[in-house]
Amino acid sequence: MFRNQYDTDVTTWSPAGRLFQVEYAMEAVKQGSAAIGLRSKNHVVLACVNKSSSELSSHQKKIFKVDDHIGVAISGLTADGRVLSRHMRNECINYFYSYESQLPVGRLVVQLADKAQVCTQRSWKRPYGVGLLVGGLDESGAHLYYNCPSGNYFEYQAFAIGSRSQAAKTYLERRFENFMASSRENLIKDALFALRETLQGEKLTSSSCTIAVVGVGEAFHVLDQETVQALINEFEIAGEEAPADDAAAPDQAGDSESGATAADQATPFDPDVAPMDM
Amino acid sequence: MTKQQANWSPYDNNGGTCVAIAGADYCVIAADTRMSSGYNILTRDYSKIIQLADKSVMASSGFQADVRALQKVLASRHLLYQHQHNKQMSCPAMAQLLSNTLYYKRFFPYYAFNVLGGLDNEGKGCVFTYDAVGSYERVGYSSQGSGSTLITPFLDNQLKSPSPLLLPAKDAVTPLSEAEAIDLVKTCFASATERDIYTGDKLEIVVLNASGLRSEYMELRKD
Repeated sequence: MFRNQYDTDVTTWSPAGRLFQVEYAMEAVKQGSAAIGLRSKNHVVLACVNKSSSELSSHQKKIFKVDDHIGVAISGLTADGRVLSRHMRNECINYFYSYESQLPVGRLVVQLADKAQVCTQRSWKRPYGVGLLVGGLDESGAHLYYNCPSGNYFEYQAFAIGSRSQAAKTYLERRFENFMASSRENLIKDALFALRETLQGEKLTSSSCTIAVVGVGEAFHVLDQETVQALINEFEIAGEEAPADDAAAPDQAGDSESGATAADQATPFDPDVAPMDM
Repeated sequence: MTKQQANWSPYDNNGGTCVAIAGADYCVIAADTRMSSGYNILTRDYSKIIQLADKSVMASSGFQADVRALQKVLASRHLLYQHQHNKQMSCPAMAQLLSNTLYYKRFFPYYAFNVLGGLDNEGKGCVFTYDAVGSYERVGYSSQGSGSTLITPFLDNQLKSPSPLLLPAKDAVTPLSEAEAIDLVKTCFASATERDIYTGDKLEIVVLNASGLRSEYMELRKD
């Protein structure tokens, strides 16, 4: 993507039928630090890399509780993410006030997507520069959605966004078929492994990552540092080489060992085709 | 030909009585469970007490539809507070919020007579008493509702500290133990039930202390 004469306004189409400002917003998501989400039948795990602007500062908050049954991990412009989280919290509170029941996740993401779409069709606005992994539970089970700046949203079994997320996606693509039946612990383990892939050799410690869980009978909450460090130690994955699928810890039943078909090649850039959100 | 007067009122009084007593490290909040309208009993088993935060419990008598609406508003506001501050609201903070919420509807009030009980930031018992439009005060004990005129003089006799005109101001919490305070509350309601037709059926007592919240029930006269 290079600068061209159709990318000044979000309300200007290119001759190829693309909105460049929206695509640039999606670039902002790719520049943010990694966030990962996975779900099983009864749990959703969100994990993200703790990025701080300098050694002196604290890291940015990238995982937000939206309600007892919904949480969100963001990547991109964290300020935009914070504002959208606040909006989502208000939506959940208002829904509960009116109906005395929890807002279904699917409805929330649609509202969020519609809100994002508005910003792609007003000349005085700009798209939100943040991608959201929304994980939540409702009557129809556990769900993981990805909302992107274009106003699109998709449901996923597992997904990763942000910088170096392709490495995590590769890991998840190898193993996602087993996630539905995964136990809570194995789901968290897979999240930690996937997160480690994005660190590209850096040591995985509880201070460099944040993990949050929501599940049946378990309200959305961020795991505290001690718990995460204990899990990392238990799975013996800090700083280890890339694991064989059954390496350090007992695996879930029926884990496939064929790691062969990792879709690792980058999507070839074709200037005439609008890139998919993925 | 006399002028036609309005014969529809947006309000109704569902009766009932609420009491709260603050102790050194506990708070007792109690209310009867009778809900009435005029001379009819609508139900004998309706709770007027709600826990708003982990250290704040509110009991409200008056028009229960307004009470329910008020409870929902406060619950939503508390959720918002928790998202923004990452902690529960303290009882004094909730007390101010309740006052502001009531005054917000100064010109179409919540017909609710509230007592808010809980533990303050130091862990001591606290009770706040309100009128319908949000005027409030921290006290050592309070009673609201249809039986309050019968109960308040009795509590004054048992609990009132020396004259508030005396300086320095005395600590308002009662020196009674938790068990003694509960017993006192039961006595209050047993007596009020005798003479107040809107009070009776069952008494719900909520006790808030350092170990958390617990509920107790006592049968009252059903006539």
